[in-house]
Amino acid sequence: MYDVIIIGGGPAGLTAGLYNARARLNVLLLERLAPGGQVLTTDSVENYPGFPDGISGFELMDKMKAQAEKFGLTIRNEEVRRLELSKEKKIVHTNSGQLEAGAIILACGATWKKLGIEGEEQLIGKGVSFCATCDGPFYRDQEVAVIGGGDTAVEEAVFLTRFVSKVHLVHRRDQLRATKLLQERAMAEDKIEMVWDTVPVKILGQNGVEGIKLKNVKSGEVSQREVKGVFVFIGTIPNTELVKGMVELDQNGFILTGNDMETSVPGVFAAGDIRSKLFRQIATAVGEGAAASFSAEKYLEGLGN
Amino acid sequence: MSDLLQVTDETFESEIMKSEMPAVVDFWAEWCGPCRMVGPIVEELAKAYKGKIKVAKMDVDKNRETPAKFGIRNIPTIILFKGGEVAQTIIGAQPKSYIEGELKKLL
Repeated sequence: MYDVIIIGGGPAGLTAGLYNARARLNVLLLERLAPGGQVLTTDSVENYPGFPDGISGFELMDKMKAQAEKFGLTIRNEEVRRLELSKEKKIVHTNSGQLEAGAIILACGATWKKLGIEGEEQLIGKGVSFCATCDGPFYRDQEVAVIGGGDTAVEEAVFLTRFVSKVHLVHRRDQLRATKLLQERAMAEDKIEMVWDTVPVKILGQNGVEGIKLKNVKSGEVSQREVKGVFVFIGTIPNTELVKGMVELDQNGFILTGNDMETSVPGVFAAGDIRSKLFRQIATAVGEGAAASFSAEKYLEGLGN
Repeated sequence: MSDLLQVTDETFESEIMKSEMPAVVDFWAEWCGPCRMVGPIVEELAKAYKGKIKVAKMDVDKNRETPAKFGIRNIPTIILFKGGEVAQTIIGAQPKSYIEGELKKLL
């Protein structure tokens, strides 16, 4: 039986693991893919303190993993299928068996939200993408659309200008939500054309993206642009399938916790993008991971373990 | 990286299309984060299915022809081949159990 099982190997999970391992708890981290999380899709992380020249998403996550493992965190590539959380002993069913723990930290993160418009689903892998650093180089000298107005959308639009001839940055409002510095970069970039007050209504193409149909939300005017790629960055949905109906969620499905990161179920904690909150950053995820690990430790002490 | 078979535009035809065993190719690139999440899983599967399924990787940065031929515009993409035909295409980082389930259908 483990003291703590952490589910998810992004910044929140790895930080929780680091702290719990240093506290000499018997801790296991389960990750369905290789550790790293969404950060791995970031070309250069510029807002994580300690790296004034930026650091690549790969390098940062390699370091976080190495640091946690150095202090004794065990990481296993297993997929969690089902959880039993209501009793004092928590049971984790994975693709390779059953595990038990005194406390659980949910750090499963979030997944890119889809547009939910016609053409999107069929054209995933054929021009519809959720990862500019993965797929940008396939669009050398071509025109692409980026959908969204937050940090990710604007950052990735700027990144794509390295390869593409033009980025149509489509945003439903008349100003960007992204942090000011990123907005300045986008505005200074000749290859980016802002398409304000506009939403996509259909992605066109049979065997590959050939264009996008847009609608101006103020005038109602419908237009079309010829693009070979559509990059979607309109936010995330939480990976909470495992705990639906077990822990309290907010109206968008993110996990509600107290300041100590404890969920509505005693002994079950949450940290990182999966939590209900306003700001999803690597810096906030690691803070919550540390807090969750501390709360889990205190919880186990309270049980007399 | 490992003893995993690396295929190129030059060797693709002989190694994969004319392979007697079913074959699986993981299209990846150095720059791609999610590829690194899938890479270790593909290596494990290569070991587990040795002698039954040929598991290979192709670096799309160094090999441009084959990915274009299969219309690949997202990586990671894993294509499963049987008898020189595409049997299944897996787009994006998927967990091991899913990829393995698709592999088993080739046997």
